[in-house]
Amino acid sequence: MSTHLEHHHDHSADHQDHGSVRSYVTGFVLSVILTAIPFGIVMTGGLGSPVVTALVVLGFAIVQILVHMVYFLHMTARSEAGWTLLSTLFTLIVVVIMLSGSIWVMYHMNANMMPQMQME
Amino acid sequence: MADLSSQDLTARYYELEPHHHPEGASTGLGFWVYLMSDCLMFAVLFAAYAVLGNAYAAGPGPKDLFDLNLVAINTGLLLVSSITFGFGMLGAYRGDQGATLRWLGVTLVFGLSFLGVEIYEFAHLIHEGAGPWRSAFLSSFFALVGTHGLHVAFGCLWLVVLAVQIKARGLVPANLRRLACLSMFWHFLDVVWIGVFTFVYLIKMI
Repeated sequence: MSTHLEHHHDHSADHQDHGSVRSYVTGFVLSVILTAIPFGIVMTGGLGSPVVTALVVLGFAIVQILVHMVYFLHMTARSEAGWTLLSTLFTLIVVVIMLSGSIWVMYHMNANMMPQMQME
Repeated sequence: MADLSSQDLTARYYELEPHHHPEGASTGLGFWVYLMSDCLMFAVLFAAYAVLGNAYAAGPGPKDLFDLNLVAINTGLLLVSSITFGFGMLGAYRGDQGATLRWLGVTLVFGLSFLGVEIYEFAHLIHEGAGPWRSAFLSSFFALVGTHGLHVAFGCLWLVVLAVQIKARGLVPANLRRLACLSMFWHFLDVVWIGVFTFVYLIKMI
């Protein structure tokens, strides 16, 4: 009996987590809240300091991306024996290097080019 | 047989039976890796927008052009389409073909509405003389948002093709696999849209 159950468990473990109505609705409600707040902040004129507003809006986006990953894409550390998480982390590292590198380099290029262009 | 070198004496093993994998066992992971490569492509377009986003060439800027009400509507449409696709997936796993096709239909309506609003927005911008040729800011804007829109358009096409296949063959394992891939694709596009409405619209409107 126990071997039979174990076998059955092994078989169903091949499939990924499908989620439920409950998990989809939870994800949806969280997403609506996490979308409405930043839109509300920006549409009503921000939080005083533009930098603070931008950081808060960015924070909401990051949380919402995580919510989508968990509740809609059903990502866990165990799906596909961890390869899904690993490939995602690799992509994330490349994206962060590429984005921050581009912005950093081009910002300094712009800063150094400006005076020359004004002299012309 | 006369001259056996040491190499010949080494035992050799061949696996004559190929390692058995159930059909489609690696499709999910393979499709995920494709999505990650797609993610890199979007990251490059985001980087271009981040770098060129202030180069207005004395043309109109974000605050002259963007209408946040329109963006909010589009965000809502895509978010609702995500949950309706989720309900379609749940129907498919229950084996309920009717529910699956109905929810896919609802998802298609929201996907096409999203595209409609976006095409209206683009047409409006071009009509105002703010086409992709106007400035580097607008070039990178149209490239990024246009690429996302193109993905949604192909997602809609895929949805129609898959609905026809489900209608013809039923919810067979191959169709369930395709549906799971499209589900990943659709939710992934919603994740990219979070980046778009945050970086492209909200932050520029502060």
